[in-house]
Amino acid sequence: MDLTSWLITAGLGAFHGLNPAMGWLFAVALGLQERSRAAVLRALPPIVLGHAGLVLLTLTLVAAARTATPPKFVSYGVAGLVCCFGLWRLLRRRHPRWVGMRVTRWQLAGWSFLMAGAHGAGLMLLPVTLRGEDTAVLALTGQALASTAAHTLAMLAVTTGLALLVYDRLGVAVLRKAWFNLDLAWGVALVGAGISAVLV
Amino acid sequence: MLVQPDPTFYPSAREAMRGPRERHAYVALLDAQGEGRPDALATVDLDPSSPGYGSVANVTDMPVAGDELHHFGWNVCSAALCPYAPHPHVERRYLIVPGLRSSRVYVLDTKPDPLRPTLVKTIEPATLAERTGYSRPHTVHCGTDAIYVSALGDTAGDAPGGVFMLDHDTFEPLGRWEVERGPQRLHYDFWWHLGHDTMITSEWGTPNMIEAGPDLDLLVNRKYGHRLHVWDLRKRVHLQEIDLGDQHQMALELRPAHDPTKTYGFVNTVISVEDLSANIFTWYLDDGEWKAEKVITIPAEPADPALLPEPLKGFGAVPPLVTDISLTLDDRILLVSAWGTGELLAYDVSDPFNPRQTGSVRIGGIVGRTAHPGSPGTARNGGPQMVETSRDGRRVYFTNSLYRTWDDVFYPDGVTSWLAKADLAGDGSLSLDAGFLADFAGDGRRAHQVRLQGGDASSDSYCFP
Repeated sequence: MDLTSWLITAGLGAFHGLNPAMGWLFAVALGLQERSRAAVLRALPPIVLGHAGLVLLTLTLVAAARTATPPKFVSYGVAGLVCCFGLWRLLRRRHPRWVGMRVTRWQLAGWSFLMAGAHGAGLMLLPVTLRGEDTAVLALTGQALASTAAHTLAMLAVTTGLALLVYDRLGVAVLRKAWFNLDLAWGVALVGAGISAVLV
Repeated sequence: MLVQPDPTFYPSAREAMRGPRERHAYVALLDAQGEGRPDALATVDLDPSSPGYGSVANVTDMPVAGDELHHFGWNVCSAALCPYAPHPHVERRYLIVPGLRSSRVYVLDTKPDPLRPTLVKTIEPATLAERTGYSRPHTVHCGTDAIYVSALGDTAGDAPGGVFMLDHDTFEPLGRWEVERGPQRLHYDFWWHLGHDTMITSEWGTPNMIEAGPDLDLLVNRKYGHRLHVWDLRKRVHLQEIDLGDQHQMALELRPAHDPTKTYGFVNTVISVEDLSANIFTWYLDDGEWKAEKVITIPAEPADPALLPEPLKGFGAVPPLVTDISLTLDDRILLVSAWGTGELLAYDVSDPFNPRQTGSVRIGGIVGRTAHPGSPGTARNGGPQMVETSRDGRRVYFTNSLYRTWDDVFYPDGVTSWLAKADLAGDGSLSLDAGFLADFAGDGRRAHQVRLQGGDASSDSYCFP
């Protein structure tokens, strides 16, 4: 992977970390519910790991496809899939309904996995990972792991920073103005990523 | 689709208290004549700088007669900010208006012209019956993942009553909410403790027990509801039943603390068969078990039997008949409507187990017929009934009709309807605003629930303290 790929991967991690729907807001709510900063910090690892799990799963599935399928075919397949998902996100607002405010760590990780999946977080990364020429199993596995790690670290940093900033200083009232509708940006990012899978 | 959250959504009740003052109210109007005139939704001007302040700005008639509009609510509210199901870029714009007698549910759009809501969808009773098995829809609450509506009974007007859900976006009925109802049969109100994934429901009676009017046999034999039910909000299963005592007939309005970290709330019982008193109970979570304790008793007032309607003559007293309560967003003051004695009371409930009365005003009443200070010569009938408090906790709006067949028993000479306003001071004292009385005498229909534009003290629930 070249530097650009790394930067895009990490940048998307930061972008996902910014989205309140990806988990930092949930961590803040759990902290406020228990009146405990430690509860905010306790909630973050399951959230980030659930997100990472979804990303890794998506990348691994496509890596597996690449070992068995001609590159062009994979590229067009990924492009179609990601574009369609992006358009669907733009047209239809849905959110998983599963947990409530009383959650175990496993439920929190599962929630984050589902939210990442429902928002197409893994799909958004796919085109970047297609940039390499490798088709060897070992190289692809390494690449999926490395991409997930870079993405996750960036997400962890941003999401932790935001959760603590809001919990310690800003307060949740900031949501009323600063919670911009990321659905549109998210849908456009997905469509853009899909197109780039064919162009690059 | 909005770029920022709807400006009327607040993460916490504390934030909501700082919101702007309400500019108008929506009021359900019920036709009591039964001559084919439909019910309606009125809009009342609440903007003090407007020339029409305190007057009826518009009346939107429903398309058919016989609905008995009662309670209603918003499509979405502050619960959309809840972190586990966030979808804040939607608009608080549709009113979900059920017909308690017809089982029809209307959806009205307030966006094109907030003063003149327009009908955009009707859920017919047959659709509701087919999808949910319920009838007589009543309370509406916007939830984190759907619109929740209570229903008093099944399609035959018997038990069980329960809760069904409407899709947030399409308003289509999604089906029954309960997965396991345990011993719950009777139903009336519901609300929740979002921080604890807990729903509470209350009991009035089945449609067959209430529609013909209050049934004295049922009452004397203690057959009306007197229990609370506690549910797991996520798993939708019944967890626990709290019996308030069968002498306390009709456990109605549920007002959980607005702060999601708190685990208590208030419920009113209408009448005690032992002494005609009305009572307020506090429910609370104690070491994993939900319990309830009686915290306020409002006694019956002795009265000349000649002034009492038929069923009360033998008692020589007028029961307070507490039929609605409202809790300010800071969980500090509880407003209590005594529809029988014609009194609106305020209690400081900062300590939910030791309420302290802080205010009282009188208007109407079965015996008192107290006048409004703006028209001291006019005796008023009905009494404070549906009560709603502004988000900032400074203004209390209330109407005077309960339910058509019950109005006829307790106020046999009819109910001439109005919407009054009382000011709630910082110390919890109440004073009637002499300059505010939206009079529905000209319209002739009876006012029931009030909803304030932008949200009020019973329209929203919050996931943040």
